[in-house]
Amino acid sequence: MCSSRDVDVFTATGKATLYSYIINQRSTPGHEAPFSIAVVELEEGPRMMTNIVGCPQTEEALLLDMDLEVTYEQLSDTIALALFAPAEAS
Amino acid sequence: VKPGSVAVVGAAETTELGTIPDLSTIGLHADAALNAMADAGIDQGDIDGIATAGISPTELALYLGITPTYVDGTSVGGCSFMLHVRHAAAAINDGLCETVLITHGESGRSRVGAGGWSPNPSSLAGQFEVPFGPMGAPSLFTIPWLRYANAYGATIEQLANVSVVQREWAGLNPRAKFGDPLSIDDVLGAKMIASPFTKLMCCLVTDGGGALIVTSAERAGDFPTRPVFILGTGESVETPIISQMEDFTTSRAFRVSGAKAFAEAGISHDDVDHLMIYDAFAHLPIYGLEDLGFVGKGEAPDFIWERNTAIGGSLPMNTNGGGLSYMHSGMYGMYALQESVRQMRGTAAAQVEGAEISVSHGVGGMFGASGTVIFSNVVA
Repeated sequence: MCSSRDVDVFTATGKATLYSYIINQRSTPGHEAPFSIAVVELEEGPRMMTNIVGCPQTEEALLLDMDLEVTYEQLSDTIALALFAPAEAS
Repeated sequence: VKPGSVAVVGAAETTELGTIPDLSTIGLHADAALNAMADAGIDQGDIDGIATAGISPTELALYLGITPTYVDGTSVGGCSFMLHVRHAAAAINDGLCETVLITHGESGRSRVGAGGWSPNPSSLAGQFEVPFGPMGAPSLFTIPWLRYANAYGATIEQLANVSVVQREWAGLNPRAKFGDPLSIDDVLGAKMIASPFTKLMCCLVTDGGGALIVTSAERAGDFPTRPVFILGTGESVETPIISQMEDFTTSRAFRVSGAKAFAEAGISHDDVDHLMIYDAFAHLPIYGLEDLGFVGKGEAPDFIWERNTAIGGSLPMNTNGGGLSYMHSGMYGMYALQESVRQMRGTAAAQVEGAEISVSHGVGGMFGASGTVIFSNVVA
């Protein structure tokens, strides 16, 4: 609920769907072009920015609403980035 | 604010637009301010209120030698100047001041006295967006488009067409940076920036500035210019990071700001003769037309395709060529306001004959903020 002090921390499933994205054509520090900059919708509801990895960085491979799973990129001992990859078909 | 109680009596852009390597950021503010004061036939001693964004109002006051009793440093991005007009109108109505100078100047291209794009690491953008590799607006502001296109079946050609139509307007404007006609293939074949956005779907990066002088309608007759009255205004904010926008197919800030301005003005959409929608990227006019209520959801791409906003159309839009072809220093809202004022004065390069009501709608940040001003050249 908005403007509430009653907030919880919980472990999310790591499942998400692809809400929208662009494919950036210029390399930036830590990111070699072309790379996707995406917003995903977590199964629990919130949305977040991320990169979609583990698939070609093309409009053919990156389909809106596709199922995604979290994967972590360890940047340092204390910092890990939450990235998302296409979910394994089960 | 009572419709028509406040008027623009001075308006000007910098003498030059485009590449101005010999003027700093503050120098561009001053050049525009001096041109606006000359337009209104006053000097800095006649100004008792100031508003600006990009630099601090304190810096502006010192540089121009103004002793204000009203100060507005609202800085919510490129639409800040729409909010400045709104706040100035309220302040003048309330007797806080009589004559407000609103300035913009930005060395977007030459970067004289300008900083870089580097959000504080502890800001929301620094924590939750920068780690994923964006480089400013082109790789962030564009993200919602695919969701919109998917929802309504909008095509990439319809997106490109926004740039094509605005270039036609720019062709009528000698001060536009680019005026040569474009085809949809030209736009689609331009260098890819952030797929599916090519360079020609992204705004220019140029140097320039603009300034407005606002006072009560009662005093407007004391100035040599044709007064342009303020009928209604609106403003709102939504989010500093685009990932937290409620719905990628519509801007809440646009809807709230637009509805407020139309309600205050007491006009309907059919009354509007001329429209400016801040076009940092080609999808912005599409969102603006829908969120301001000129067309229904999902209808704007067809509306533009059918040439309603083009030369000779029923709703001339972005008649200076827009941020896509006229100029874009970074905070473009001031130039949208300037074109609305020119249209209401009857002095625009691509003048809409007989236009009496103009709407100027701005965006700030990346769908982060919004401001709307409705002008008229007839007393309400």
